[in-house]
Amino acid sequence: MTRQKRSHHKLKRAVAPYLYLSPSLLIIGLLMLLPMVTVIAYSFQNSAVLRRDPSFAGLKHYQAIFDDPVFWASLWHTLYFTCMSVIFHMTIGMVFALMLNSDRINPTLRNILRVLYILPWLFTAVIIAVIWRLLLEPNGVVNSILMQIGIIGSKVEWFSSPETALHAVTFANIWAGYPLFMVSLLAGLQGIPKDFYEAADIDGAKAYQKLIFITIPQLMPIIISISLLDFIWTMQVFPLIWITTGGGPIYSTEVLSTYTYKLAFSSYNLSQASASAVVILLISLGLTLFYIRYQKAR
Amino acid sequence: MRKRHTPKDRLITVALHAALAAGLFFAAFPIYWMLSSSFKSNTEIFALPPTILPKAFTLEAYAAILGDPVKLRFFFNSYFVAGAVTVLTVLIALLAAYGFSRFNFRGKGSLNTLIISTQTIPPITLLIPFFGLVVSYGIFDTYVALILTYLVFTLPYAILLMTGYLNTLPRDLDEAVAVDGGTSWTALWRVIVPISLPGIVATSVYTFLLCWNEFLFALTLTKSTSMRTVPIGIQLLMGQHAFEWNQMMAMSVLGSLPLLLIYLVAQRYFLAGMTAGSVK
Repeated sequence: MTRQKRSHHKLKRAVAPYLYLSPSLLIIGLLMLLPMVTVIAYSFQNSAVLRRDPSFAGLKHYQAIFDDPVFWASLWHTLYFTCMSVIFHMTIGMVFALMLNSDRINPTLRNILRVLYILPWLFTAVIIAVIWRLLLEPNGVVNSILMQIGIIGSKVEWFSSPETALHAVTFANIWAGYPLFMVSLLAGLQGIPKDFYEAADIDGAKAYQKLIFITIPQLMPIIISISLLDFIWTMQVFPLIWITTGGGPIYSTEVLSTYTYKLAFSSYNLSQASASAVVILLISLGLTLFYIRYQKAR
Repeated sequence: MRKRHTPKDRLITVALHAALAAGLFFAAFPIYWMLSSSFKSNTEIFALPPTILPKAFTLEAYAAILGDPVKLRFFFNSYFVAGAVTVLTVLIALLAAYGFSRFNFRGKGSLNTLIISTQTIPPITLLIPFFGLVVSYGIFDTYVALILTYLVFTLPYAILLMTGYLNTLPRDLDEAVAVDGGTSWTALWRVIVPISLPGIVATSVYTFLLCWNEFLFALTLTKSTSMRTVPIGIQLLMGQHAFEWNQMMAMSVLGSLPLLLIYLVAQRYFLAGMTAGSVK
């Protein structure tokens, strides 16, 4: 190869990766990073989107949000909904994974059950919402079973009374989300070296000791990273709540996403909605940084 | 090592199976109830005591859905948008993944971090600026608006998934092409793509599912009934027909078919797509 040709080749090697990446970077830049800048700009404008020449509003919209008791209620509901969901996703996912991993059940049964336990994961949030509305109808099957067993005395309006609505949507979300943990933990369990358990058997360890001193520490990296991701994603849940309760009754299931959506598309206060969206973005970014740091530290 | 068939041991096995049965009820009953309700008449759904199997098995709900062109349009829209986004995503992600996997370049690490972090951007945050953009470019209530929007959400994950797959392929293959005087472009299409099918399938499955399930943007960026997708269609059904539960369940079953089929046919790819990023 001549020198000229070689340097030409080198140049090509240097430019090539950027060419391959350019369509992706263009899309992510124009349709993700730019909109993020835009929404921040909106939050400082009066009548954002609606007017062509919006005036500068300063921190007015943030002030309005922080003065709104519904915002604080939404924040609290989001926290409750998210924490309960993550805790129970993890617990149920762990219990199911351990049960399926036990050598006391036969392999065929294990394979069938694994498929069936994953089922809730295969359904869209909208469909999950509709299923739970049917199940939890005042005249529905859950009430009728609970009344027959004698747990409740009269029909409960799970989604339409302020005392139960938040618990009901949280329960539906718990049901819908545990398979992510289950699948990941099952994969993790299969990755734990068998000699760990054999060594423990020789030392005469009990089953629960093996669980606490081998299984759980070995699964910890998976538990932490899935919990963080689950937390970030659950915090953003919209359709499940929108379709089951719409944030009601009387704001009792209002979460940050429904609060923001209503500000934007029911009250058409897009500036204030942008401020609220920026607050959600900041919370997510904080958690994401934490997640990336954790992943890099591993 | 384990002593078997002691009474205590047998008791544990029985208890485990009881717990498995309880778990099965928890996981599957709601879905069974959807399925069985879709074959009932509306009055039977709320019969007291509830009928576990449909007493008067009927396909009237399915007939009502499949005989209504408005509802068939929802399905067409969902398939069309999800299909188009899948094709575009796979193509664009494949190129980016090739760049990440086969080249070293300035800024690689930070670009990778950028792509990982975009996965967690809350959709509701992007919704308002997207709405502004879509309205000002006159593409409100069109397929283009939905396809562009979905592309942004599917791309980051798809790139990571494809990069992960390409990293598992030996580099000797593309080096052989280079020795023969071929460019990296030739190596990509002649050598890499033909053996990347598993990675491409996993990426397609993931992308298709994400689009099929999307609700928030479809709700906000479309308006006319003829542009609505299945999730919005189900919501509309709930509003319009004052609780035709059997039809809602039938539509939910039909709307879940693609996911169930993909899961049954390509379980491995499905799980790879759904857990991508989270396990690594």
